[in-house]
Amino acid sequence: MSFPLLTATAALPAIGAIATAAVPAARRTAAKWLALLFSLATLALAITVLVRFDPDGDRYQLTESHSWIADFGVRYELGVDGIAVALIALTALLIPFIVLAGWHDADPLETGSKRWRPTQGFFALILAVEAMVIISFEATDVFLFYIFFEAMLIPMYFLIGGFGDRAHKDGEEKAATQRSYAAVKFLLYNLAGGLIMLAAVIGLYVVAGNFSLTEIAQARANGELEMATSTERWLFLGFFFAFAVKAPLWPLHTWLPNAMQESTAPVAVLITAVVDKVGTFAMLRFCLQLFPEASKWATPVIMVLAVISIIYGALLAVGQRDIKRLIAYASISHFGFIVMGIFAMTSQGQSGATLYMVNHGISTAVLMLIAGFLISRRGSRLIADFGGVQKVAPVLAGTFLIGGLATLSLPGLAPFVSEFLVLVGTFTRYPVIGIVATFGIVLAALYTLVLYQRTMTGPVKPEVAEMPDLRVREIAVVAPLVVLLVFLGVYPKPVTDIVNPAVKQTLSDVQKKDPQPEVEAAK
Amino acid sequence: MSTTAAVHSLWTTAADPIVKIDAPKIEYGQLAPTLIVVGAALVGVLVEAFVPRKSRYYAQMFVSVVALVAAFAAVVALAADGYATTKAGIAAMGAIAVDGPALFLQGTILLTALVGLFTFAERRLDPEAHGNRVDSFAAQAAAVPGSDSEKRAVKAGFTTTEVFPLLLFAVAGMLVFPAANDLLTLFVALEVLSLPLYLLCALARRKRLMSQEAAVKYFLLGAFASAFTLFGIALLYGYAGSMSYATIAQVVDGTVPEITPALADTMGNDALLLIGAALLVMGLLFKVGAVPFHMWTPDVYQGAPTPVTGFMAAATKVAAFGALLRLLYVVLPGLRWDWRPVMWGVAIVTMLAGAIVAITQTDIKRLLAYSSIAHAGFILAGVIAATPSGISSVLFYLAAYSFVTIGAFAVVTLVRDAGGEATHLSRWAGLGRRSPLVAAVFAVFLLAFAGIPLTSGFAGKFAVFKAAAEGGAVPLVVVGVISSAVAAFFYIRVIVLMFFSEPRPEGPTVAVPSPLTMTAIAVGVAVTVVLGVAPQYFLDLAGDAGVFVR
Repeated sequence: MSFPLLTATAALPAIGAIATAAVPAARRTAAKWLALLFSLATLALAITVLVRFDPDGDRYQLTESHSWIADFGVRYELGVDGIAVALIALTALLIPFIVLAGWHDADPLETGSKRWRPTQGFFALILAVEAMVIISFEATDVFLFYIFFEAMLIPMYFLIGGFGDRAHKDGEEKAATQRSYAAVKFLLYNLAGGLIMLAAVIGLYVVAGNFSLTEIAQARANGELEMATSTERWLFLGFFFAFAVKAPLWPLHTWLPNAMQESTAPVAVLITAVVDKVGTFAMLRFCLQLFPEASKWATPVIMVLAVISIIYGALLAVGQRDIKRLIAYASISHFGFIVMGIFAMTSQGQSGATLYMVNHGISTAVLMLIAGFLISRRGSRLIADFGGVQKVAPVLAGTFLIGGLATLSLPGLAPFVSEFLVLVGTFTRYPVIGIVATFGIVLAALYTLVLYQRTMTGPVKPEVAEMPDLRVREIAVVAPLVVLLVFLGVYPKPVTDIVNPAVKQTLSDVQKKDPQPEVEAAK
Repeated sequence: MSTTAAVHSLWTTAADPIVKIDAPKIEYGQLAPTLIVVGAALVGVLVEAFVPRKSRYYAQMFVSVVALVAAFAAVVALAADGYATTKAGIAAMGAIAVDGPALFLQGTILLTALVGLFTFAERRLDPEAHGNRVDSFAAQAAAVPGSDSEKRAVKAGFTTTEVFPLLLFAVAGMLVFPAANDLLTLFVALEVLSLPLYLLCALARRKRLMSQEAAVKYFLLGAFASAFTLFGIALLYGYAGSMSYATIAQVVDGTVPEITPALADTMGNDALLLIGAALLVMGLLFKVGAVPFHMWTPDVYQGAPTPVTGFMAAATKVAAFGALLRLLYVVLPGLRWDWRPVMWGVAIVTMLAGAIVAITQTDIKRLLAYSSIAHAGFILAGVIAATPSGISSVLFYLAAYSFVTIGAFAVVTLVRDAGGEATHLSRWAGLGRRSPLVAAVFAVFLLAFAGIPLTSGFAGKFAVFKAAAEGGAVPLVVVGVISSAVAAFFYIRVIVLMFFSEPRPEGPTVAVPSPLTMTAIAVGVAVTVVLGVAPQYFLDLAGDAGVFVR
């Protein structure tokens, strides 16, 4: 038996979480270093997965399969395709930066009870989320996926509700109320989605008799497993609903702005750059493979919802007064692009969508983490409280600008490639929707540049006059991510090479071919 | 001469030759679990009468623990001997069934009772009264609350050690209840399990009036339900001419081998059958706390001493669902098309009402009471499946649920202030800051109640919903997941309160319990996690046990 690399990649952060949580209260700093160490070790394992993965090999690689709950037909089955590998790498890459960025976010304010250990809890929860996200990218058993898809809500919930920005303008008590509201809203939305999915998961079992993604997909392709049209559609809707809440897609998005606004910047990055990706990933892996016909049936509606997300998210982002809320709405707009790329059912669209997931993760991380540094310096999240920061903190302002430009998909930075691919992929099949979606980019330029202009340029506000520039730790967080943004913007081939074969496979599952360019067709 | 003989024959007949009445054949070995517990309960009564007050507590503890462990060992031995599967049969002249479901449920009840016993015996939570360690029970049940005699009893350091034999009697009834194979045994078991529980409910040390009120409510409504049950039994007997489950089932199916004239008269009378069955099922639904027979649950759960509530919520539910399963699957399968629609309605209303009403609760014990109602609805969904996987899923759910319940109520006993347990929800604010461990443990139980994956609650919920979906009850599953979502809201609310609210200045303290309660809680957590992560072994166990003998 070979070394269970995938299990190890998921188990390592889980062990790290337990170890971090067990650090005594007085040894806070040790807990931080331990968490960082474990996240780096996980990154090393994720890179090993990346290296061992052969893009031209079998569809699912590094597979593991063990019996688990035979009564429910559940197996512990892991396997990665190109899409999963890319997202595991993204997750493992971002966590060390999240840990580093949140270094002081959970230091206890006052010495309370001796047994109260918020710092240990904070980092342990981050690692727990990482473990669950990684295993849900790896799971090829629907039930196994579902378990971690749901279970990750709990640590996430405690991260949102338990830790917030320091120096809230309305005082700590009000902040705690708002935080727990956001946390509960997050949990209830996602739990409701998950429970609807549970009904569909049970339905799938009743129809198929097991939970193995590969077996069911194969039986579907061979025609061995017939599903009544209505059954397939109901099951599809059950799955898609949960993923659309997680992603989040308009009109199920309203938890995201609250959650991102109230949590600390690293946790906000964890939500939008890591956890939400499970939703879009699962649309690709589960909805399209298990229910190809229903996916095609639902495509028009989903495309329209995606476009609404793009435009609506962007419009609301323009109107925000709170920096984090603005970034949250921008993310909703970007998730619209990802969903649009997935359901355009073209190879450019889906490659673009996968690439978009990776790039959006990195660019949002840059923007949000710097926003977090900015907010912690000023003690306010309101855009109006800033002004002229670039004069006092040029490095901070410069990197913030790069993050903003990446968000608006400036050519040369990574998100441009993916957004372009998504739009091209959509346009070949749905020209009208493609055109409407393009306006999202225009709006993106508006909200990012206006944000930059109001906070960074203009006369220096007295409150920000003393603002220190980025510290060494903060530069260590931002610099590698910025380098990566530029690198993938100029040379996206490493990612596309890994992703493309998997996308081709998925498309063949739904039996869609890329539309031929009309010039060629005319020949 | 001949005329006299004829006259005489009007009032005399020739006597049958004297026959020897056969002594009933009792399979003592197969009944061992019940007999051990009953015997120990009787010993407990003697201990109460003859052992000096000082050493009664320890003597009772010893007797009860030994009895429960021995009875559990007997259950395991019977199961290992094949009585759960191949050798399953009817014992005690047709009164008791010894089969898979019976043994599985008896094992569950005995383990739950053992864990419950530990919480009964806890004596470190309440502050010492006049230098004597006291438990959750009244110093002297007969002393009027607030009277001088009560004060004297407290001062003398009395404790109600009678709770131990009472617990054992209740357990004995519960062991028979799911195994009863004729209607009279069922009724006797029902009364044997209920009467000690009514008494136990009235024995709280603190808030005695509330406790007594709860007991009276429970008793009155319970007596009412018993009367319904008895009436139902009478009607069913009238219909089938027999108390035996097997015979009634045959009459209902129309497969009875020999039709006597009396039977021929009544067996066509569907009114007798339907009304009888309905009344009988009503009595059992009362015990499981299903809507619309749930009214007693919140009051009794709140008023009863918390260890009793935990034990009652766990073990009674197991026993009553066992009896309900046997009744519906053994006696009334021929009536399936009649009871399934009704049970559909009951299950839907129970799930929704339990989940929705729980949202407005402000007392943790009442909240758990409504949550138990919602869970009764989920279990009913599995009962309705009417398939073998329906039986095994219900068995698994009951085992999973009872340990979560008993653990959760054990945690409730720890959170205290000057007036005893602090059960009002607002008092729990910020508990996570003060005692992270206790709050975390309670959060685990709440997540299990909510059915979050990796806890036993999820595995159980999945099992019953899967069985229901396979049995064709898809709408029931949909209602089930919706009410789960609603229910999740109030479980989460408690977690929010514990972890995200600021602690109150004069909030409750968390008492440090003795190893007894700690064991109870630890067992609860362990079972919750093990059944959540690796349920296969226990699902196999429940699956193997999922066949009723008839």
